[in-house]
Amino acid sequence: MSNKKKKKLTPIQQEYHSLSKNSEPKRPVLVNVLHAFLAGGTICLIGQGVTDFFIWNFAFTEKSAANPTVAVMIFISVVLTSLGLYDHIAQWAGAGTAVPVTGFANSMASAALEHRSEGYVLGVGGNMFKLAGSVIVFGVFSAFVIALIRTVGTMLGGA
Amino acid sequence: MLQGHQSWVFANRPTIISTGTVVGPFEAQGPLVEDFDLLHGDLWLGQNSYEKAETKMLEEACEIAIKKAGLQKQDIQFFLAGDLLNQIISSSFAARTLAVPYLGLFSACSTSMESLALGALIVNSRAGNHVICGASSHNSAVEKQFRYPTEYGAQRPPTAQWTVTGTGVALLSAQGEGPQVTSATIGRIIDMGLSDPYNLGGAMAPAAVDTIVAHFRDLGIPHEEYDLIATGDLGRVGHQISLDLLRKHSVTLSEEKYTDCGLLIYREDQPMVFSGGSGCGCSSSVVFGHIINRMKKGELKKVLIVATGALLSPLSYQQKESIPCIAHAVALEYREGGVND
Repeated sequence: MSNKKKKKLTPIQQEYHSLSKNSEPKRPVLVNVLHAFLAGGTICLIGQGVTDFFIWNFAFTEKSAANPTVAVMIFISVVLTSLGLYDHIAQWAGAGTAVPVTGFANSMASAALEHRSEGYVLGVGGNMFKLAGSVIVFGVFSAFVIALIRTVGTMLGGA
Repeated sequence: MLQGHQSWVFANRPTIISTGTVVGPFEAQGPLVEDFDLLHGDLWLGQNSYEKAETKMLEEACEIAIKKAGLQKQDIQFFLAGDLLNQIISSSFAARTLAVPYLGLFSACSTSMESLALGALIVNSRAGNHVICGASSHNSAVEKQFRYPTEYGAQRPPTAQWTVTGTGVALLSAQGEGPQVTSATIGRIIDMGLSDPYNLGGAMAPAAVDTIVAHFRDLGIPHEEYDLIATGDLGRVGHQISLDLLRKHSVTLSEEKYTDCGLLIYREDQPMVFSGGSGCGCSSSVVFGHIINRMKKGELKKVLIVATGALLSPLSYQQKESIPCIAHAVALEYREGGVND
């Protein structure tokens, strides 16, 4: 908690905060990081395998193989989500399964499954991007900022 | 009636003549499986939404309680219930099926004891002869509303608790045999400024302690009065904090006599449970199933149930509000062969 927020608390509340902090089991950060590294690495390894498969067996280049690879990874993630396995893997893997494209697919598939009971339009359609929406918004916005910096940089450098 | 600052003493001793408890598959793997009336192997209960499944559970629990008491639906004067979903739909929809005059309640996970306290107040004042009180929760429906979609891969911290899929109702009567409701203490809102929705036990512990201290103060009874004091859903984290706080308030309870429904309902090695069980269905199914059974077996005579509730909403949490918490206590007593008349 930030210091600014802490100042608003009464002395009794502050005392309780430190008491409850002591009783809280800590998040096992080191273990989580290790798990994330292993799980994320495994997903990338599988992705690399799929890319190589496309390059060797079909007329794909390293660049053009990226699209079908992402599609395959998304498909695997959606199947695992539908079978109810992805959230269990994610509890172990943490950021390892959240950061790759499989995590993005999981956020959309799980929201779509969850809101199926509210119908296709208002339920599935309206809620599918509930979690993924902010990723897209800030992804697009950061891409715009980076592109702007680059353009301005090139113009200044070119002048 | 009113005793002290915030407690009611029920001179006519309303009696819990029967109970009904229904739980889901995960709870059926827990250690209290023998104490529940109906176990479901399917989270959906054959319905097409989790919300409908929760309504169904509550309906079934009411039917079981009415049947066990040898009564008909028409014999019930009032139905007092609540749950965790927006606009307490599970309870209201179950009341639609039950077709009994209904009062919907919301006090988060402490609704189980709020309904029992109010039900006892009605029966004690002879405003009703048969009243059903209860509360329910459904893990997937609650997760959907308060946190993430059930299949979303978010990592839960060790302080997180698992919402119970379960429901428990009690049929209170002015006459009959069973555990009697002797007193109740209505809690105040306590907000210690905690705002982590993954550590509700820590947020609720001071509320439980406040109500326990108030109960002993109002009734002027010794701390050894009860064979068991059970809090609602503090979990491992909150339970330990509440023990420390009680010691600070010089309330000395032996650790065997002080437990938490959230710790009783699951085995420690069940996956994803972490700190323990939570939800309206946690205290209601454990109390109306397990604890009432133990009282009837003669293992416990006097019991104090302190159901705890975290009164947050997904909106208030996102707006960075802290979590106001509450706890309601109800004292039960079982006198063997003691028929109330």
